[in-house]
Parts: sequence; C-alpha cells; structure tokens
Amino acid sequence: MAIVYEKSKALTDAEMHYCPGCTHGIIHKLVAETLVDLDVLGKSIGVAPVGCAVFAYDYFNCDMHEAAHGRAPAVATGIKHVLPDRTVFTYQGDGDLAAIGTAEIVHAAMRGEKITTIFVNNAVYGMTGGQMAPTTLVGQKTTTAPFGRSFEHYGAPIRMAELLATIDGAAYIERVTVTTPAHIAKAKRAIKKAFQIQDEGLGFTMVEVLSTCPTNWGMTPVEALSWLNETMIPAFPLSVFRDITKKEK
Amino acid sequence: MAGNVTFRQDRCKGCGLCVHVCPVKIIFLDETVTNRKGYHPATIVEMDRCIACANCARMCPDSIITVERL
Amino acid sequence: MAKELWKGNEAVAEAAIRAGCRCYFGYPITPQSEIPEYMALHMADTGGVFLQSESEIAAINMVYGASGAGARVMTSSSSPGISLKQEGISYMCGAELPAVIVNVMRGGPGLGTIQPAQGDYFQATRGGGNGDYRLIVLAPATIQEVVDLMQEAFDLADQYRIPVMMLLDGMIGQMMEPVEWTHTPASDLPGKTWATTGTEGKRPPNIINSLFIDPDACNRHNQHLEEKYKKIIENEIKYSINDLVDAEILFVAYGTPSRLARAAARLLGEEGIKAGVFRPISVWPYPYDALREAASQDSVQAVVTVEMSTGQMVDDVRIGVNGVKPVSFIGQAGGVIPSPREVADAAKKALGR
Repeated sequence: MAIVYEKSKALTDAEMHYCPGCTHGIIHKLVAETLVDLDVLGKSIGVAPVGCAVFAYDYFNCDMHEAAHGRAPAVATGIKHVLPDRTVFTYQGDGDLAAIGTAEIVHAAMRGEKITTIFVNNAVYGMTGGQMAPTTLVGQKTTTAPFGRSFEHYGAPIRMAELLATIDGAAYIERVTVTTPAHIAKAKRAIKKAFQIQDEGLGFTMVEVLSTCPTNWGMTPVEALSWLNETMIPAFPLSVFRDITKKEK
Repeated sequence: MAGNVTFRQDRCKGCGLCVHVCPVKIIFLDETVTNRKGYHPATIVEMDRCIACANCARMCPDSIITVERL
Repeated sequence: MAKELWKGNEAVAEAAIRAGCRCYFGYPITPQSEIPEYMALHMADTGGVFLQSESEIAAINMVYGASGAGARVMTSSSSPGISLKQEGISYMCGAELPAVIVNVMRGGPGLGTIQPAQGDYFQATRGGGNGDYRLIVLAPATIQEVVDLMQEAFDLADQYRIPVMMLLDGMIGQMMEPVEWTHTPASDLPGKTWATTGTEGKRPPNIINSLFIDPDACNRHNQHLEEKYKKIIENEIKYSINDLVDAEILFVAYGTPSRLARAAARLLGEEGIKAGVFRPISVWPYPYDALREAASQDSVQAVVTVEMSTGQMVDDVRIGVNGVKPVSFIGQAGGVIPSPREVADAAKKALGR
C-alpha cells in the first residue's frame, strides 16, 4: 500500500480552530506541503497575522512570530535582514494586509523584500464576526454594511494583487483560489513558485488566495465554494499579475 | 485502482467538502455518529469503489484524511 | 584616552554600534535625525543592517522581528514618533523581546514643537501602550553619560528580555560635548535559545508571541512579567546625589533640568543657601527609597522638582518623599527651558524667603 495523501509534516498535530468548511485550512496545507517539497522547513520562519489566522503559529511546524495587526511584512523584514539565508513568509488576511497593514505590504514590496506573503482574501472580517473588509464586494452585506457595501460610501473593493504588481520590487504576484481540486493544484504551484523565487533572492513574492467564509457569508461550506466561484472571481480575476522570471527568458 | 481512505473522525467538523469533491460519491456524513466536537463525521462504507484520487484529502481543511493506494 | 567633541545624537549612534548593535530601523524626525543619518553611514562598516522604514510603526515592528530573530537591535525617534511606536513596544514587552529605543524628546502635545522638552515622562515610565507593562527607562544628563549607559542599556535588555528606553531630550541630542570613549566589557549574557532562527530540524519550533487567549494563561503571563519587574526594581535602580551635606533645598531633576538645578544651586550658594541635587538616572525603576532618605535628612526643608514639562516626574517625587518634606515644582514646557535664576527663585519661595 502506498500513501497517496497524508497530513503534511510541516503542520503540527494541533487541531485547527477554523470554522467547518473554512478554506484557511486548505491554504495552510499548501504552504506546509511547499515547505517540505522545497526542503526549507528547518530554515523557515513564519509570521502570523491578527485575524482568523492569528493562531497560525500553533499550526506550522517551524519557527513562528506573531505580529501586530497588519505589521507582518515589517516583522518579516526585520527577520529577513537579520537572517538573509532563511525562508521567511507572512500569512495575512484581507483586514490585516489590505486595510490596517496597507502601508507595510506596499513598502515591503517596494523594497523588494525577499519574503513570501500568503494573502487570504475572503471579502469579510472573519475573526471579529463578519464586518466589512476592504475586499468586500459592492452590494455584499456584512454586519457593518447591513444594507450591502455602498459604492458611494465605501468605493469598490481593493485589488491588492493588481496594485502590488505595479511595483518594481515585486518579483511574483498571482491570485488563485482553492475551491476545487484543480484550483488547489494550481494554487500549490503558485505558492511553490513564490517560495522558489524568494530563495533565489529575486524580490518580493505574494500569492493572493480567494478563500471562503461560510460562517460570516451565512452559507453552507459547499454553497460558499459556489458563491466564491460565481461572485468573487469576476471581481478578483485569477491570474499571474507579475512574474519577473518570465521577462528574463 | 483501489484505494483506502481513513478519517480521523474525532477531528472531523462535518463540513462536507470531501463529500462534495468525491468523484465516485462514496463519502457521506454519518448521522448515526456524533463525535466529541458535536459533528457527524465523514465516512465511507463502499471502500471498494474508492479510486484513490485523494480529492477528499486535498480538500479537507482539517487534514484528517489519509489516502492509500492498494 | 583623549576627549573628543561629539554631537549628542551622533554619540548615541556610535555608542550603540560600539555596544554591539548591528541592526537599526527608524524613520526621520527632528530633533533626532542625526541618529539614523549616522547609522546609515556607519552601520555598513560593521556588516550590520540599516533600514529607513515607511513609518515609526513599521520601524518598531521591524525591530520586533529582528529582535525575535536574535539581533541586537535599536530604533530611535522623538515624541510624536515614539507615540506611534507604542504598539510595537507593548508587543515586545508582551513577547519579552530585548531592544533599545531612544526617545529624544521634543515639545507636545500633538505636533508641538521641535525644541527640547520632557513631556513624555508619563508615557515612558507608565508603559505608553496597552496592557500592564514597564520598560527600563534610563535618563542620562550628559553626552558622556549617554555613551557610558548605552552598553548597559543593551545588556539590560538582553538580560531581562525587555525593551530599554534611553530617555533624552532635544538639548542632549543637539548639543556637543567632550566625550571620552572607554571600553565597557559586555556582560556575560545567556544565549538567545528562544530566537526564531529556524529549527534546522534539531529542536521544537520557537514561537514569539504576546497572545494568551485563555484568561488564566494571560493572568499567569502578567504575573510572570510582574515578577520580572520586581527583580528589576530590586537590582537596577540608578541615581546620583550632589551636595547633599547641610542642604536646605533638595532639587530633584533628570536629564537637562538636573544641570539647570546644579546651576541654580550655585546661585543659591552665592546667597548663602545650600542646595543639593538628587538626579534619578533610571526613571523606571524610580529611586523612591533613596529619594525619601535624602529628603529625610534634617537639614532639608523643601524638595523642589525641576522639569521641562508642566509637572510629570513630580508625581514620582511625591510618592518617594511621601510627605516627609514639602514638595514643590518649577518647570516650563513646549520647548521653553527654565533659567537657573527662575529655578533658584522657586527654591527661595519654597523656603519662604
């Protein structure tokens, strides 16, 4: 008998606190599997955010640093400059990265920090109970936009992958999702490529992963997959937005 | 090609994502069992129909599924 | 060794490098910008890291990361910038990480002024961010003392796993004074086995964290920090006393005003009034007992606190003196420095003369 799939050694045995069907857990697996595939687990330092992934430091089987809300790219910058030969990643949600930590992520990209950011975009604030995020869709109802996000009041959702792809220091920027096994395979390739580019020292890398929040979207886990595919992807198209390794060829 | 799937049922949250992606539709949430978390865990009875594709395991957010090829 | 003329801010930076600091993150702000400028020029010679961040918030969080990774690291700023750093300082206290933070104070509140002041005393000594925590806060009064304390600041930070603040004012940052560089041997410090340097597969993961979601665990963590603060209070109080013999007036002042107080004491001496100066060097932990002992001396009739603020440290003076003698206050804020004459007159008023 051959093992086809088992839990990654880069995940601890801790039970994840995520709600049933939340795809954070899938994204954790992809990062963990990548660290093993690239044989960098022992030299990896992860930076956990504030938000639903706040306990990520309990789940990854490598050294971890818990950052203040939005500051993970600054913390990762500090770590990477002290330990330039290590693999450093941040794992951040949309409130963390696209609201309170916008300056930190933009400037980490500008400096071309050799880190990898996993940006989990689920269009809502999960941990605090379903409030509006900067990535909430126009018309999407949240606890702080109970009549739906109004374009007149809040504008339209911010597309961080596209925004960061305009920055010269960014080496690799892709948006993926994990709603089907095929998407999961593609997301894993993106994450692997981002870590490889980091280790080659080419610049800042980020993979934005569209993720579900069944609890705060008020859907079953399977309905949430459909809603993401049908409603979120048109607003946040899946694509490689920047890849400097392609330009060089 | 036959497979064998094991679930750490005590850790299952009954989200049903594995049920959703199983191409041969053999996974179901066992409503006769309630685990310590209060969920009906995923299970398979017709294991001989498993094709060892591991879609279920890759989709499981809680990494409770192991798939072997027989 | 020969004395050299050094500007305060540049001496801060050079002393940090000599103390083994190999990592600096900061954002320019007057009146301390010579510190990042000096670091930008000289850190490269040491093979160390200099990085100008996008904000003070980013700078302190880079310090948080670098310290977690085991580096001897510092940042510097002035009052409004230090306000922005409070988030990171609170996290570092919670996660028990060492660093040195230099505050070259200017007038406030808000944008205030770029001139020297001491209005950040409460913020520095009470823990300016959220939660129950303290920093070690050292307040040198001369550039020589800045230089002499820097090695100790880094060593204390490592020894107790706590941020140490060097609390200066714009006067000390901007003026030039002779400095004699003496070699202070580094303390024998424990290795940073807690640092996030990569497990190399040889140990369980290290986690740098200030989150204790369970209230009992968070309470235990706070009690653990409190025990540490008690040890610091027992062992790390620093102060100096000048001219206490037969003193009728006891001035209490830290930093630049302690020098004004000594000038005022000379003016009083010319008028036949003896005055001594009690100068806290560590303003947290505060030398309450030593101050009470000095104030209790029979000759002392009045305790006069001198500050470049509207009266902040005077609260600690009252706690220390604890009613054994009357305590009064003389100060100016917003970048205005009290004159020695003004201070001497305040002392005479306190004596009823």
